[in-house]
Amino acid sequence: MASITIRDAKKSYAKMQVVHGVDLEIASGEFVVILGPSGCGKSTLLRMIAGLEEISGGEIAIDGTVVNKLEPRERGCAMVFQNYALYPHMSVAQNIGYSLKVAGVPAAERTQRIQAVARTLELEHLLDRKPMALSGGQRQRVAMGRAMIREPKVFLFDEPLSNLDAKLRVQMRSEIRKLHRRLNATSVFVTHDQVEAMTLADRLVVMNGGRVEQVGTPAEIYSRPATRFVATFVGAPAMNILEGTVELDGLSLLGGSRRLAMARAGLPVGTKVAMGIRPEAVRLVAPGTAGALKATVDLVEELGAGRVIYVDLDGAPFSVMTSEAVHPEPGSAVGLKILPEDMHFFSSETGGRLDVFKVSVPEPAL
Amino acid sequence: MVERTPILNFVTHVILFLGFLMAVAPFVIVAIASSHNLKDVNDVPMPLLPGSDFWINIKTAWTTADLGPKLLNSFIMATGVAAGKVIISALTAFSIVYFRYPGRTFIFWLIFVTLMLPLEVRIVPTYAVVANVLSPYQAILDVTGLSWLIEKVSGVQVSLSLGLLNSYSGLILPLIATATGTFLYRQFFLTVPDELTEAARMDGAGALRFFIDILLPLSRNNMAALGTIMFLWAWNQYLWPLLITTDQSHATAVTELKQLIPNVGGIPEWNIAMAGTLIVMLPPLIVVVAMQRWFVRGLIATEK
Amino acid sequence: MEKRVTFSRWTIGILFAVPQLLLIFTFFYWPAGQAVYWSLTLQQPWGGGNIWVGLDNFRSILSSADYWNSITASLVFAGISTGLAMFIALVLAALTDRQLTGSRFYRVVLIWPYGIAAPALALAFRFILAPEAGFLAVVNRMWPGIWDPGLDGADAMASIIAAFSWKYVGYNFIFFLAAFQAIPRSLIEAAAMDGSGVIRRFWDIQFPLITPTIFFLLVINITESFQDSFGIVDIMTSGGPANATNLMVYKIYSDGFKGLDYSGAAAQSIILMLLIIVLTIFQFRFIERRVHYR
Repeated sequence: MASITIRDAKKSYAKMQVVHGVDLEIASGEFVVILGPSGCGKSTLLRMIAGLEEISGGEIAIDGTVVNKLEPRERGCAMVFQNYALYPHMSVAQNIGYSLKVAGVPAAERTQRIQAVARTLELEHLLDRKPMALSGGQRQRVAMGRAMIREPKVFLFDEPLSNLDAKLRVQMRSEIRKLHRRLNATSVFVTHDQVEAMTLADRLVVMNGGRVEQVGTPAEIYSRPATRFVATFVGAPAMNILEGTVELDGLSLLGGSRRLAMARAGLPVGTKVAMGIRPEAVRLVAPGTAGALKATVDLVEELGAGRVIYVDLDGAPFSVMTSEAVHPEPGSAVGLKILPEDMHFFSSETGGRLDVFKVSVPEPAL
Repeated sequence: MVERTPILNFVTHVILFLGFLMAVAPFVIVAIASSHNLKDVNDVPMPLLPGSDFWINIKTAWTTADLGPKLLNSFIMATGVAAGKVIISALTAFSIVYFRYPGRTFIFWLIFVTLMLPLEVRIVPTYAVVANVLSPYQAILDVTGLSWLIEKVSGVQVSLSLGLLNSYSGLILPLIATATGTFLYRQFFLTVPDELTEAARMDGAGALRFFIDILLPLSRNNMAALGTIMFLWAWNQYLWPLLITTDQSHATAVTELKQLIPNVGGIPEWNIAMAGTLIVMLPPLIVVVAMQRWFVRGLIATEK
Repeated sequence: MEKRVTFSRWTIGILFAVPQLLLIFTFFYWPAGQAVYWSLTLQQPWGGGNIWVGLDNFRSILSSADYWNSITASLVFAGISTGLAMFIALVLAALTDRQLTGSRFYRVVLIWPYGIAAPALALAFRFILAPEAGFLAVVNRMWPGIWDPGLDGADAMASIIAAFSWKYVGYNFIFFLAAFQAIPRSLIEAAAMDGSGVIRRFWDIQFPLITPTIFFLLVINITESFQDSFGIVDIMTSGGPANATNLMVYKIYSDGFKGLDYSGAAAQSIILMLLIIVLTIFQFRFIERRVHYR
């Protein structure tokens, strides 16, 4: 159990900077998920913690000790790799016990600890097999066992579930969660899958372009995204964004075809802003209902429990998620109702959240 | 695929069968010729049914060319070359793939260039080096003035000398000094996932540990392929052993074939010559048949 | 291509390369340098000083009819045996790749010849092609004196070509077959769906896709014909009759070790080295192309 402190950590390769000064404090025993699109620097950050990448600037401390110059084996971290990285020529037992062998742990103790780990992970009957003869889920478990056996201070997970099929992924997700509850070891988990991130994380770190966009609990991130990027990246289907311009007494949206009456809140007239509404926050009503937006249905995606309705709103694509049993025909007209508290505003310039607006009309006539 | 091409199939079978005949005919002829007596073997055309003198001819060939010790020499040389190649190439490839040091690219090219010039084209000076394997170092000491310095300081005249003519080292070492295997390993090491190296590092393994525990076991197939190819290649060497073994004690089976060429004048003893040929071609043939998979694989991999 | 992950202790890294470096320095670079030095000096055999003569050795070699004869013989040998060995192997590999019954068997047997030492197969061929016994002797029974590699240069050349080609059919077969099998099955099936027959498919799909292998083998066969021919020549003809089969490597050997003309042999080695280097550079350009196909 250990805390991790990351101060202004930077990573750059010959020409490119991939991590731009990340600050992060991870408490002991916390399960932190780093979420971001591919190439956002999340794996690099993880590998910097592991000691697999040199740190170009700033520092990383584990339990208060700066580890910048320490080799991976001296940092007390264990890692689960995306493709498991099991040694193909070694049996499951040898794979799990390899780190102990390197550390010179006597054979008897090694066997005992391998057994214990195998019992936890229900791998006992597979100990003599080679990785080739295992299923994806079993390999995944061996990779976990290899990390667990060292009783590390910190667990690092590099997209460990991305090679599994959907069903196994859900299962492994809950197993990882349970395991964490039992071992209570500090864990850093990297993924690009937001469902995985939301379900696993005590705290979520959203990264983009080598920078941290937002840190918070999954609920915070979902309900109060700090940037336009976080807003559109977290949540499926993605948040609808309507571009707008600040006017004297409101907001002009969709190139002026809709207006939203609201207080200007000190922003100069002509400032570009973006309004975001989550698809699941939009209510579908009969076309022509008072205060509803009129839109044309493009496509309906059936999800079983609900459906996503893609509509055309004055030429802009817009999506609505509903669990009601409505099945509008493509081409038909529908009404959309949006509550003011569900609206998010972001600066078009910086992408940052704008909390200065107050929508003045309870059900704004757009 | 459903395809009806009876004529083409017939032609295919005929041509392949002819190819097969062509490939095995020399083996068969050698075997049959070595079973005839002196008169039959010189008959024109030679009778195609085997004669009864097979074992006598084998025995005569064996003693005439003293094949027992020669086959042993061939075996020692071929095994030495194969083992040396398998080990030294692995070490070198590990160095140039898994480390970044100044001059690495230069070393890479130094080794790479050796692929270009086969031993055959530089035999004369290589022979001179093997006659005194330390001569290059002596020359360096002389030219740089170091030997003069040492002589002045210690009064000892530096004269390095170590002849490798008529020795197994002389047979083996120059044959190892090429890049063939190095590049086979290099190609393979490059396909080993980086994550495996990282996992080993997370598990606390250093370079040497990783090399021995992970990389070498993973390279088993490549070692088998390289070993097979190098064994055959070394066994079949002719020019180099011919030069370097000036006395009989270190001659190899292949060079001894020369003793079996029938003399001009008199009735040529082709039956003995063919019996000897059979003995000499048998070991590599057995290796090819038994190690077919590795042989083909190694051949294709080493030439890339 | 480079590894992303490397080890930091590079001093250890260099140590791993030391054995190889020592070997290639002692047995490759030093002799190669020595060859250059000798080719520019007049070397006394077995020591005794040497005199700088510049390019005189090259001049005398290049003005010697014997040497040009050796080059011509080498080129004739290389050209015909490479053509033969490659053509036969290509046909056999293409047919084996059709995977009819028995193709597995051919795949095994057709590569045997390559395992045999050149001198051993040379002795076998010397017997098979002998004028007074063996098999071609039948021809001499009908038309006395028509075939005699011991006296007729063309016959001798034909003999060593036959022996060399026999061995290298096996070699080329392995590579051609591998190249054919590397062509994705779906490509052949797509062509079949497009209505293309077996022969049409060969010319339109398979042949264009293996051209890189053809170029590659062309160079390998030619270089091998310079080196691997030594054993064949030494056993079958000893360079005769009348130097008709005195190929370049054989001449280097006989001038250097029998004639003890180190400087001349060194100069010849240098010329051969240059020839092979040019061919190899040529080959690497085609290897580049090979990669592009994949």
